[in-house]
Amino acid sequence: MKKWFEPLASAWVSVATHKLRSFLTILGIVIGVAAVITLMSVGRGASAEILANIESMGSNLITISPGASIGFGGVRGAGGSATTLTIEDAEAIAEQVDYISAVAPFYSSNLQVVVGSENTNSSVIGVTPDYMPVNNLEIAYGSFFTEYDYQRGAKVAVLGSNVKEELFGDAEPIGQQMRMGSIIVRVIGVLESKGGMMRGSSDDAIYIPLTAMQQTVAQPRTAQGERVVSYVTLTVSDEEQTEYVIAEITSLLRSRHQLGALDNDDFSITSMEEIASTLSEASATLTLLLGAIAAISLLVGGIGVMNIMLVSVLERTREIGIRKALGARERDIWIQFLVEAAFLTLAGGIIGVIVGWGVSYLVSSMGLMPTVVSADIVILAVSVSVGIGLFFGFYPAWNASRLNPIEALRSE
Amino acid sequence: MIQLQDITKVYPMGKRELTVLRGVNLHIKQGELVAIMGPSGSGKSTMLNLMGCLDTPTSGSYYLEEREVSRLSNGELAQIRAQKIGFVFQTFNLLPHLPALANVELGMRYAGGVDRTKALEALHRVGLSDRANHRPTELSGGEQQRVAIARALVKDPPLVLADEPTGNLDSHSGEEVISILTSLHAEQGITLILITHDANIAHHCQRIIHIKDGQVEREERV
Repeated sequence: MKKWFEPLASAWVSVATHKLRSFLTILGIVIGVAAVITLMSVGRGASAEILANIESMGSNLITISPGASIGFGGVRGAGGSATTLTIEDAEAIAEQVDYISAVAPFYSSNLQVVVGSENTNSSVIGVTPDYMPVNNLEIAYGSFFTEYDYQRGAKVAVLGSNVKEELFGDAEPIGQQMRMGSIIVRVIGVLESKGGMMRGSSDDAIYIPLTAMQQTVAQPRTAQGERVVSYVTLTVSDEEQTEYVIAEITSLLRSRHQLGALDNDDFSITSMEEIASTLSEASATLTLLLGAIAAISLLVGGIGVMNIMLVSVLERTREIGIRKALGARERDIWIQFLVEAAFLTLAGGIIGVIVGWGVSYLVSSMGLMPTVVSADIVILAVSVSVGIGLFFGFYPAWNASRLNPIEALRSE
Repeated sequence: MIQLQDITKVYPMGKRELTVLRGVNLHIKQGELVAIMGPSGSGKSTMLNLMGCLDTPTSGSYYLEEREVSRLSNGELAQIRAQKIGFVFQTFNLLPHLPALANVELGMRYAGGVDRTKALEALHRVGLSDRANHRPTELSGGEQQRVAIARALVKDPPLVLADEPTGNLDSHSGEEVISILTSLHAEQGITLILITHDANIAHHCQRIIHIKDGQVEREERV
């Protein structure tokens, strides 16, 4: 204990004696560690938000898009151009595939929506009553339409929170009429906001019964006379069975669409689970990249420490000579300078953690980005900074320990 | 206590060699008080460095307390310095950022451990109890040298080597320092070897060794 306490005490004295120089020395480490903490917290925050978004959509959600597989990212944007998926497909899936709790086909279109003097082009989605539970939507106030409304093609609408804000502001929307293409619908409910940054968020859409939609938009039909939908969403009752469900739907749709053994699928199936894992992989890569960039600044900080330590050894040659005359062995001198370097960088690391924590708190509280400071990164950053002290202090300390005591005593 | 046999010391100076000591033979008994005198460049400091185990001879043998130490490793020499030898330098060589007490404690640091009571006692012996918390810059030259003496003596070494201890002091402080050194020598029975240019100081000692051109020129008993 004493063996370590004394070098630590003299490290403290030497740091306290050269306050400005010590501060400048550790500044590089402070910035490096702060950068690591901040960037990693931004990266982790982004991942956490993505996962929360997916969670809010329901991780047991499966989306079937028409057209050949276009992979994730194009699913919502480019889909809908092909016209291979139908309400009848959705009904067949609901009847014939096990482990499915609900199936919700929908048809979406952009329509001009007019309320009083407000006029906006909005995404209008014709859905079945099951759409709400399948997509984890919740009603903020009012109500969603019922099976009865759906059956009779009632002209009622449920608004996403952003649409409500845009068209009605603070006014009460329930019971209000809005014109949508050639029909007039009555607002019966407003959805809870889901936030999120994904395109096509439920916040930006207006939901009406699919049967009502058919009265204003000419819903295309396939050659067989089936009614085309944009997408079919469904939820599985047992997430363990997701793969089985996907396989069953694939074979069912292939036979319904009369595809030969050599034909490609004319639809694609994406499970939320799959998207979640792709996204979290991507964000982990991003986090790592951010961390690596920050680590470079930490490395530069370490080189700064080495530079100052070399200068410090040179400047304290006489002190080293005195200590050697008093009986210090090479190892004693070596440990002293090494402890000093590690002490400096540890202090830098701790200050860096505090600064980085503060910055990431600011970033998230200013609403720029969500951030998550996690303990593992804090521990990693602090131990890496001590490691940097030991690594970059090694050579200067070795230099110091090798000084000839007589020459060292003679130096000014 | 100290026995030098045919000690030579040669320093390489680029392509040439500089012979500083050429066959020094010297015997110093336990408890002696010895002055070494000689002109600059005569090799007296080199001799003191060798006796202090700061350096090793090019050839010859050095017995310190009957132990041949001229061929030991750096680590072993450091151990001997820590345990057996106290140094007093012309330029005091205190650490400027440490208070007097901490400087004295440094004398024990590599000799087995710091003992604050002993450090305070050593300061008391040189008459600086009330200066324990002063830094060297706040002390006069004479006081600084007394702190350095306390540092050298705090670990009770058998051998104390002083290289022109009064060289940077005015005559009053110089006398004070010499009287402290000689009285400590008398009280504690340490072997004290000091280099000096000052014949008055040399005459406080029991024996004066004159060095010239790297050899013992003559000895005189006082």
